[in-house]
Amino acid sequence: MCATCGCSDTAGVRLLDLRADAPVHTHADGTTHSHGDAMTHAHADATTHTHAAASADQPAGTETITLEQRVLAKNDELAAHNRGWLAARAVTAVNLMSSPGAGKTTLLERTVRELSAAMPVCVIEGDQETTFDAERIRAAGAPVIQINTGSGCHLDAAMMRGALDTLDPTGGVVLIENVGNLVCPALFDLGEGARVVIMSVTEGADKPLKYPHIFATSDVVVLNKVDLLPYVDFDVDRFEHDVALVNPDAAILRVSATRGDGLEAWREWLRSGIG
Amino acid sequence: MHELAIAESVIDAVLAQTGERPVRQVRLEVGRISGVSVDSLRFCFELAAADTGLVDADLDVVEPEGRARCGMCGDEFVLADRILLCACGSSDLQVLSGEELKIISVTVGS
Repeated sequence: MCATCGCSDTAGVRLLDLRADAPVHTHADGTTHSHGDAMTHAHADATTHTHAAASADQPAGTETITLEQRVLAKNDELAAHNRGWLAARAVTAVNLMSSPGAGKTTLLERTVRELSAAMPVCVIEGDQETTFDAERIRAAGAPVIQINTGSGCHLDAAMMRGALDTLDPTGGVVLIENVGNLVCPALFDLGEGARVVIMSVTEGADKPLKYPHIFATSDVVVLNKVDLLPYVDFDVDRFEHDVALVNPDAAILRVSATRGDGLEAWREWLRSGIG
Repeated sequence: MHELAIAESVIDAVLAQTGERPVRQVRLEVGRISGVSVDSLRFCFELAAADTGLVDADLDVVEPEGRARCGMCGDEFVLADRILLCACGSSDLQVLSGEELKIISVTVGS
């Protein structure tokens, strides 16, 4: 594979158990990924479109096998399995996605501190490298698994499976911090019960239209760092209007994970998903 | 980029059907509003296919356009992007096509 652009699959995916009572050990997963597509819909293909006519010029000595198979079917199946597994254990799983630096980990630290007394809270952290985020979550007091994807840009259902098997949650909530990326995680179903995309006011109000897929597939949009609004040029009304254009059903929460604004509504949303 | 994961998934799925046989062509359906870049996919496919029976395979990609039906006025129209807005002003749209990501068929040599 190409070392220049970093798309090497020899780095493999590693899963690190950072729970306080677990020895820190690394698993190497050298096998090929299975991936899933969260946006699969059954369509009646209402359009006509031109193809090359396969039968007319089928070269001699060749055979065409019809597959009609969704590319990400394997990930979809594993995600569906994860979803059923979580439901059977009464666990609500939430997939948090954002650009790097929007505030996912800070929001999770606070959520762990504020909710852990009331219900079981576990965290699955995803980053290319390091256990920085998992260490912060452990310090906040929740059982946490760190997935390092190496060169990977998103978590997938197989990685989720590995983390769930290690965490073995019962009841309560599993919060998944996806790899910082406003593009790729949108396509990969993990088996989560809900998706959250976090945007911060320093990123520009035009992002929902520029990155529509991740906003379109999320249940909640968290607008973070609202304490900085007096210092940045961010039109909140335009932002909310544009979110509604790509996702009319998404709830929008305005928060400051550092200062505490809006976090009661965030906790209430999490609690409402549980039981 | 996620197109690499998608290319790898295509190759895995094809190899499960073709085994050792040389693959001449893979036909994919990638909808215009699926979130997948066909150019990136071609690039990644070439890399991912390098040491497999798909190394000489031609990638034929059909790209269905996005279409939606408005739940309010019943109008059906082309959806150029993911902005769900009908000319009548409603955002109650059902996406009919454009989000496909499918392997249609594989052509193998003898």
